[in-house]
Amino acid sequence: MSETLALARIPLDDYAELLGEGEIEELRALAKPLRGRSIEMINSTAIGGGVAEILNRLVPLAEELELNIKWDVMTGGEDFFDVTKAFHNALHGAPYHASPRDFEIFLAYNERNRAILPLDAEFVVIHDPQPAAVIEARKPGSNYWVWRCHIDLSRPNRAVWDFLEKFVSRYNGAMFSAPEFSRQLPIPQYLFYPAIDPLSEKNQELEPEFIAQVLARFRIDPQRPILTQISRFDRLKDPVGVIRAYRIVKRYFDCQLVLAGGSASDDPEGTIVLKEVLREADNDPDVRVIELPAWAPLEVNALQRASTVVIQKSLREGFGLTVSEALWKRKPVVASAVGGIPIQIIHKHTGLLAHSVEGTAYQIRFLLSHPEIAAKLGEHGHQHVKENFLITQKLKRYLTLFLTLARGS
Amino acid sequence: MNTAETPFEFVTVSYLTRIGNQSAGTLAELLTGLENCSDASIFHHTYQTLGSHHFLTEGFSNDFAQWVLSDTNRNDLAEQLAALDIRDYVSIAALRRDLCRVVGDFCAAFPHFAGQSALERFYFCESVEVTAPLGRKARTLDEFREGIAHLSHAGFYFHFISSRLRLKLQTNDFSHWLADGLGLTTLADSVNHVDIYTNTLDSSRSKLLRLIDRERRKA
Repeated sequence: MSETLALARIPLDDYAELLGEGEIEELRALAKPLRGRSIEMINSTAIGGGVAEILNRLVPLAEELELNIKWDVMTGGEDFFDVTKAFHNALHGAPYHASPRDFEIFLAYNERNRAILPLDAEFVVIHDPQPAAVIEARKPGSNYWVWRCHIDLSRPNRAVWDFLEKFVSRYNGAMFSAPEFSRQLPIPQYLFYPAIDPLSEKNQELEPEFIAQVLARFRIDPQRPILTQISRFDRLKDPVGVIRAYRIVKRYFDCQLVLAGGSASDDPEGTIVLKEVLREADNDPDVRVIELPAWAPLEVNALQRASTVVIQKSLREGFGLTVSEALWKRKPVVASAVGGIPIQIIHKHTGLLAHSVEGTAYQIRFLLSHPEIAAKLGEHGHQHVKENFLITQKLKRYLTLFLTLARGS
Repeated sequence: MNTAETPFEFVTVSYLTRIGNQSAGTLAELLTGLENCSDASIFHHTYQTLGSHHFLTEGFSNDFAQWVLSDTNRNDLAEQLAALDIRDYVSIAALRRDLCRVVGDFCAAFPHFAGQSALERFYFCESVEVTAPLGRKARTLDEFREGIAHLSHAGFYFHFISSRLRLKLQTNDFSHWLADGLGLTTLADSVNHVDIYTNTLDSSRSKLLRLIDRERRKA
């Protein structure tokens, strides 16, 4: 059975304190012509992952605007999720040889879900490749279907994309997180940024005492500069490169480095990368490698807020929402110019971009030498997130999309 | 206090960004893109970007200038592109002509730079506009002030910045109504002189409210 998720309402007015009454009034004005009209969001997981996290906050907000919205989760067996995980990696460009059996499994589960899911809302939003083929249930001209792709499709595996494209081309539109993630398609493509929730545990204001407790727990000195990268232990996040950049900075500044990410215990590659990181750290007492539990939003929040400079030295990146999280906390950020990061970091305006270990080190040194510039970048970064990457902006984008579809543009 | 025959109706706006089919990896390709992209694309990368990046009041003017600066490292061309002031234009066609002229002249003068690869490509996008009435109207200066104070950033942007293209006049909705509706031409002129490049939407609004308050004290 599919699962229609019921979520607790979040008072929209709680956001007015952060954003201003006018922004909330605007959401209500845009939603007015959509009141009572039906929307169905479909993805493949209720818990875990960025999409579920966003829908968990977005759906209640839309309900408060009196939209008739529901969130359904497709179902699938282990074989289906093995295939879709392989598809996911292949669409990101990883080597993969798709077999006919893989495509059969994918289609069979999509067919099963077509029989279970309602799919009768005026606006149907399908998230990511897993449920992409349920569009076969669409009756011509009956309702609007859009596909939200959270994956970077700039270098996809040809066979997997050719297979999916047949379905994607039948939607009324597709949404991507960055222009370079999109494909040449015969349907309109829109830019839809991921978003953070300023009221979530990961981003809410924290008491200084709590931040101090977290620093003490991880034996981090609050009196000296703290450089932080929050990311899982993955080679594409280049944690070893971050340590090398830190070593260059350390020649000039008595600073500390914090590398904090989710536990690597259930990820064989993560365990290997963690070992590489510890080897590179070489028992440096000022390098803290922290394995956080899978869900530790308050600790992440505290570490970001305590940081002097936040780093995101990824070699490849999706959107990189940890950058928005840091910017929201008014932190100066030094990050690689990859994936969706340059959308968040407008070089020399909302942060500093770098292309190498040496460049990363130089930009960090610059910020440590010029705290007034660091503060200004952090403030501009906060404003940038407020305008573009908050959950309320995402809701506004959806309202605008539905209004655009309904008027036939 | 004066009462206008035609009320000022407060509206807000929201934009979807549509990803276009064109991109540029060199200055020569930027020029081709500028010549061929839609009006909605020129609007997106100049007018709309100024609204969504209003908080950057030092050195940010439009997406073309920013890309030339950060991805091609041509400071001189970036400066010329940034200097194009959208307040001088009442049509996208005229703005496009000047963008093409500036980039075209540079490519002609420095052909060796025109073909050099940029760090990252420039992607041409378009704005799709949706407006919504806020249900608030003003007939007096007091009501007008109240409406402006409560506007969202997008609503303020719609009336104060993008209105120039709609009106086809070198003014904005607020100044237009102050002059036409209430006959306050001096105030209208002062409001139109608030600099949208060196002010954020918030500081522009604060200046505008101060000007209105000064006028109210005269009454």
